[in-house]
This record gives sequence, structure tokens and C-alpha cells, in this order.
Amino acid sequence: MADSSVQSEALNSIPALLARNAEKFGARTAYREKEYGIWQSWTWAEAAKEIEALALGLLELGIREGDYVAIIGRNRPYFYWAMVAAQSVGAVPVPMYQDANAQELAYVLGHCCARFAIVDDQEQVDKILEEKDNLPDLEHIIYVDPRGLRKYDHTHLHQYSHIQEIGRAAYDEFNPELERRLAKLGYDDTCVMLYTSGTTGKPKGVVLSNRNVIESSKNSAAFDNLTEEEEILAYLPMAWVGDFIFSVGQAYWCGFCVNCPENAETMPTDLREIGPTYYFAPPRFFETQLTSVMIRMEDAGRIKKWLFDHYMKVAREVGPSILDGRPVPFGKRLSYALGNIFIYGPLKNVLGLSRIRVGYTAGEAIGPEIFEFYRSLGINLKQLYGQTEATVFITQQPDGEVRADTVGVPSPGVEVEIRDNGEVYYRSPGVFVEYYKNPESTADTKDAEGWVATGDAGFFEESTGHLRIIDRAKDVGKMADGRLFAPKYVENKLKFYPNILEAVVFGAGRDFCTAFINIDLNAVGNWAERNNIAYASYQELAAHPQVYAMIQDHVEEVNRSVAEDEMLSGCQIHRFLILHKELDADDGELTRTRKVRRRIIEEKYADLIRALYDGSEKIYTETEVTYEDGRKGRISATLEIRDASVVPTKAKVAAQ
Amino acid sequence: MSSLTHKQEIPEGGYRTPDGRIIGGVLMDLKHITLRFGGVVAIKDISFDIREGEIRAIIGPNGAGKSSMLNVISGFYVPQEGEIWFRGQKRPPLKPYQVARQGVARTFQNIALFKGMTTLDNIMTGRVTKMKSNMLEQAIWWGKAEREESEHREKVEEIIDFLEIQAIRKTPVGRLPYGLQKRVELGRALAAEPDLLLLDEPMAGMNVEEKEDMSRFILDVNDEYGTTIALIEHDMGVVMDLSDRVVVMDYGKKIGDGTPDEVRNNQAVIDAYLGVVHE
Repeated sequence: MADSSVQSEALNSIPALLARNAEKFGARTAYREKEYGIWQSWTWAEAAKEIEALALGLLELGIREGDYVAIIGRNRPYFYWAMVAAQSVGAVPVPMYQDANAQELAYVLGHCCARFAIVDDQEQVDKILEEKDNLPDLEHIIYVDPRGLRKYDHTHLHQYSHIQEIGRAAYDEFNPELERRLAKLGYDDTCVMLYTSGTTGKPKGVVLSNRNVIESSKNSAAFDNLTEEEEILAYLPMAWVGDFIFSVGQAYWCGFCVNCPENAETMPTDLREIGPTYYFAPPRFFETQLTSVMIRMEDAGRIKKWLFDHYMKVAREVGPSILDGRPVPFGKRLSYALGNIFIYGPLKNVLGLSRIRVGYTAGEAIGPEIFEFYRSLGINLKQLYGQTEATVFITQQPDGEVRADTVGVPSPGVEVEIRDNGEVYYRSPGVFVEYYKNPESTADTKDAEGWVATGDAGFFEESTGHLRIIDRAKDVGKMADGRLFAPKYVENKLKFYPNILEAVVFGAGRDFCTAFINIDLNAVGNWAERNNIAYASYQELAAHPQVYAMIQDHVEEVNRSVAEDEMLSGCQIHRFLILHKELDADDGELTRTRKVRRRIIEEKYADLIRALYDGSEKIYTETEVTYEDGRKGRISATLEIRDASVVPTKAKVAAQ
Repeated sequence: MSSLTHKQEIPEGGYRTPDGRIIGGVLMDLKHITLRFGGVVAIKDISFDIREGEIRAIIGPNGAGKSSMLNVISGFYVPQEGEIWFRGQKRPPLKPYQVARQGVARTFQNIALFKGMTTLDNIMTGRVTKMKSNMLEQAIWWGKAEREESEHREKVEEIIDFLEIQAIRKTPVGRLPYGLQKRVELGRALAAEPDLLLLDEPMAGMNVEEKEDMSRFILDVNDEYGTTIALIEHDMGVVMDLSDRVVVMDYGKKIGDGTPDEVRNNQAVIDAYLGVVHE
């Protein structure tokens, strides 16, 4: 139809999609947020009005085309509106991590020379004011929650709702300008700038165009048949590309509803109340959820426990097959149906996953047991592989071809190739425009033909055509005797144990591999309680001999499993220690998306690594820690180092 | 709740705090209070005032009579001698519930919540002085009672939001950790929309983090709602940081009164706390 082609041609920006949604889905709910214990909702038509009012208000404040607008807050409709309002006036929204400290925020604000910051509350305002002398370009701060801010100097500080009021009042004056700017938005104009958390060095600003965002959203929505009927829960950091694609890109393309939880702690309850149909969570979330289910089942009565164990066994056996539509004997099917009534149904309901049609996990490898647990319950959980530079999607698992150890086939419109060094490269309409103010890095990452290096090493499975990722390409190294060293591969195997929160494996250029282990306080604490082990602090629990013994069992089990893989058998862990503190993003040891920053850990704990290799049995160490408010303190501990038994391997035998 | 106005001139009897807040005139004036239990004199001829918008601390060693003083203010004890002036009027001997209706709310040293009820319901009980419908109407939950409940619920939800306890809204308080129970108790007192809020050892038994949270909430209550606060507290660091003026008691007598700095340098106070050698 002529009509539809004209329409799709005009849909070349998020504000254009908003206008379409306001017309086409005007009465459908676009946003919900739980506030004062009640789900408040806005239809697409109402959301369009709110966004327009804010955009007009920003014009009144003198926003220029091409300005950068920082957005700092938890997932709330106000911030999604702020992003679209910024786009409407030709500015570029830059969402940031709200838990970043003042210096981190200042770096990003300074790097993009943001003139406006739209923030959540006093906490964020304080952080910015603390650094305001270093931010000469920042002119206006707009906050949503006025609490505690009444007495601040309001020359450059504004309340969000006041800016909207000003905008509404100035409708006649500024609307022509707003319409002029809206009409100018093009397919290759910048849609959003997202700073990558960066496992090394300073964060880089990834510039994504409207084309990147809309093409990726369109393709991925078609891949999973997403419609305006979907409900999603927006709870992942707004600074992360995934949230932008799910809660803005796909939501605007499809016209579905974005639900915002009341706050981070109420998220599980809110999830249950909303019952999303399309859902995304990092592996860690599923791990935590599964751990809490298992902990609670340990405390359940005998009959309940038996029912749970029995039907979970049935589920593990036939659940995934039923989900993938493979043939299953009638008796088993009946048993699964009963299990659904007694266990799976109620359990999914408690977890808030009853209505899931498509669920994704990405960002890290997920434990096979965890993955199978959810799939066996009949939840269509899949994996995808992506990055900010690709506007999320590189590969995805199609329905019916889901496995724990692959990341699927190339997403629609994406070309993937493996270069000689084993690194994965891709090219797609989602490939980012550039790193902001960083042409060298852009050139390093993206070649002239638009191929982008992922930095990950992987290979395609010949039989299925699915991609498997081994590790970060730069982390894959050689050990002293030339055997392959892939730390992430081993760390993931360790982390699949609920008792192990985090692991860092060392061994590049060494004779053997060693590891730092972080225990999971929830899981191990609960275990300690059940076994009458008293402890006063994290540090004490971590150093407990019985905890060490338990972790040693896990390490040795992992060694056995690593030994089976000929290529990676050199990565068995010979010696390990349990860290006396949790690795923390505030101390720079993890990124804000909780990825291990190897270089920093190696530097900071150089003494511990030395001890792992010099054969000592104990090591005294002092560590600087940063508290949430930015103050610093020191903790000291004497850590035990243990040897783990390893399976002799061919390479080793040959070497001897 | 009294809204905060930016009056630049300092009102009669008021003063300006070092951090720039303006404190108003006298809200409550206690004159020559003496409280006896039989032969024991718990409070001996104590006078001090509490001014509008200030945070006023009452400190002293154990058994100094601090809690008795708070109970006098809340109307639980009626002093044998002395006068209490509230908002410029002499207060006759009243029952505690009558005092509560005048706009005085309190929390307790030992948490006094309804353990089996949810956070929401507990805070709702703080609204009782504001409810107009009678028992029959409430029992059949019809007409006025129904309307009223949603109005009160709105107020309660505002407090839940303010104290950031959304996640425990429907949790029975008996299951909550101590620090959160204290916060719920503060919520219940706030639900009465008091002009004068009495806090009896709000930080007792808390860890450092919980104390920091509670301090922030106390400051926020004072700042956001303009509520006058009188508190008893043992943690000197907290008291000195939070309060505008401090009354120091020892053995039922007032031995000091003034800003935290004045009190800190007062020899009688130092002696009371550190002890002196009695010859």
C-alpha cells in the first residue's frame, strides 16, 4: 500500500514513532509506574503530551540542536520521556549509570560537554554540584524528586514538573520551533549516546544513529514476533544499551507497554504483579532467583519438598523437549501436566514469569543447570550475544534451537565472520557510527567496510551453525608451556556453583593456573546457618575451614570437567584462595555491569598473586576499600592458600 | 502539615542556625516542672523551651529522668508542680490521647508496634486521631468510612514513599529487622502529622549504617515537613550532629542547656558524663 510505504519512510526517528503510536495506539497504555502503592499509567497519547511539554520547556531554557542532555536516574517514565523530549528538540540524550560516583559522572558529563542534566533526586544533584567547578559547560540541572532540594539555589536548578508547566504555558511561542526541529530529524542523525562501561580504561561514548536503533529494533521485533501486546518490566540500568533497545527502541517500534518498578527492592513483587510477556535479565539475576528458590525449598516441609523434587525431575527430563515441540511419550506428558498444576505453575507465578513468551539472557555465560531449570519449567528462555557497538544484536537463538553453550545464529541483517586469530567480527545495520571524540578507537574497532571486532574469541559449530564464544580475545593467552589459557571459560564453570559469586583465574605466561574465589554471602550464609556454623562477618565466613573445604570440592570438580576438554585442559586450577572482601564496582574491581576488570585486580592484589605462585600457605594482606559514600577505609586479613588436586593431562605427561 | 515558607526575617524569639535554617518562636515552654513518684523525685524544677522548627535533644546519663521528661511532654505523666505552655496557652492536665490530638506524636524506646500487622496497617493506626467516621461506619465500611480510608491511605503511602519502605509495605512488622521496625514506628508517628514529634532513643541498638539512615530521615522530616522534633539519644555523635539545642539532665536536674558546642564545653556536663571524684 502506498500509505504504509509513506509511513515507514517517515518513521525515521524515535519522536516520529511516538507520533505514530499516539495516533495508532492512542488509548493503549504506554507507561506504567508503581507510585504510592498503585500502578499509575499513561497512554501513548498522554505520554506524547508529557514529552511535548518537557520539550517545549527545554526550548524555553534555550536548548540547542546538537546539545548533549545527561540523564541520570533509575528506570522511571520521566527519564524515558526526557530522552525522547531531548531527541524532539534535536539534542542527544546520554543516559548514565545512577550508581556512578561523582568523579565517574563528572568524566562523562565533561567528555560530552553536556549542557543539561535531567536527574532523579538530591543524591544525583549533590554529586553533580560536588564536581560543578570541573563542568563549565553544564548550565541546567533538572530534577524529578524535590525532596531535600527546596533550599538549594535554584538559579540553575529546576524541577521537572515546573519545566513541563513552563513548556505548556509557552506552547504558542515555541511550538513552531519544536515542529521545525522535529521535521528536520533524519535517519542518520544521532539517536542516543551510550557510554560503555569499559573493562579497561575510560568509558567511551558510543554514538548510535536513528538508523541503528530503528533497524535493530525492527529486525529483532520481527525475529520474535513482538507486538503492541507485550508487557515489559524496565529495571536494568538506563545507561545500558539493552535497556535502551528494549524499553525505547522496540517499545516505540512495536508500541508495547513499559512498566517501571517502584524501586529496586520491590522489583520482585512488581514483576509478579505485571507478569511481563517479554523479559530480559542478565544471568546473575536468574542465578540469584534460583538460589533463593532452592534456599526456600530447603526450609519447606517434607511433603512439599518431595513434590518439588519429584516434579522437578520430571521437568528436567521432558520439559525442554515439550517446549521445543519434540515428541514426548504420553505418560511423561501427563506427568508434566500434573507437575504444571502442582509445582511449575505456582512457582512461575511466584517468580513473576507466568506469562513469559520470550525471555532473554545475555552479557555473560549462563550456567547450564540454571538455564535448563528455567526452560524445564516451560519458560522460553533464550540467549543472545551482542554489544553496545552493534546496537545489541549480533546473534540470537531462534525458538526450538536453544542450548546453554551456544549463543545462537546471526540475527537478521547481521553478517558474522571468524577471522584467523579466532576473533569474531560482524557487520550489520546496527553497527555504531563512532566513538565520540575518539577517532583512533573508532578506527581500531571498525574497518572501512563496516566490520566490527567484538574482542571475543569464538567459533561456529559445524553441525548447527551456532556461534560459541570462548572468552575475551585479549584474555585468551598462552601458558608458559604454550597451552591455551582461557580464564573466563574456567571462571564461568566456577561461578555456576551457587556458593561462588565471582572467580578470577590467573595463568597467562605461568606454569599453572590459580584462582581468587568470592563466596556468595547469601548461599554460603544460609548453608552456614543450616550447619550451625557461627560467623560474625563476611571475612570470617570466607576464611572458615569448612567453607574452604566446600570450595575446594567445587574447584576440583571444575578441574575434572576442564580436563575433559583437550584444548583447555591446561587451565585446571592448582592453587586458590578465598578473598576476604567482595569484589566491588566502587573499588574499581568490577565494571558497573559487574564484569571483572582483570588488570586492576592483578595490580591491586599483586601480593596475593605472588603468594599463589611462590608456594606459601598463608599470606597477610591489607586492602583499601571504598564505601558507598566515597570514603575510604582499609581492611586486613591473613588468607589461607590451598592446593587443589588436578587431573593429569596429556600435555603434562608429554612435558614430563 | 505546616508548609515551609522562606521567611527571611527571624520571628520573635527565634534564631538562625549555623546552617542557615530559621527557627521560629516558642512552641512549647516547660516551666519549673517537678515530677515525683512517692518519695522519688524524678524531675526537679526543670525549665526549658522548644521552638518551632528546631531539633531539640535531651541527653543525660542513665536514670537522669530523660524518658520521664518525654512522658511529661506527651501527657503520660502529669507533673506535681510546674506549667506546660503549648502554642502560647497553658496546657491543663490532659490524657495522652488528648495531647496527641493537639499535634504531639511520639515513638518509643522499646518498639511498640503491632507485630502481627503489616507496615501499612501499623502506619495507618497513626491516622486514628484524624479519622471522623464512627465505629459502626468503619465496621460496615460504607460511605464516609470508605472515602476516608482512601484519603488516609494516600497520606500513608506518602509516608511510605518518604521513608523508602515500599518493599515492606505488606510485610508483618514482627518479621522485620530492628532498624526497619524503628523506621516503621517513625512512620506511624509521622502519620499523625504532628507539629511536635517526640523520639525516645531513635537510634538505640542500631548499627552505624542504620544510624546514618535514621539521622537522614530525622533531618528530612524536619526539613521537608517543618516538624519540630524533641529527641532523647545516647549516641553523643548523633546528638551533636543533629540537634540545634541540647538540654542536659543529671539526677533529675538540668545541668546544661544550649547549642551542642556550648554543652560540649560545659564543665558540669563533662563531670556528669565522665564522673568526678567525690571527696
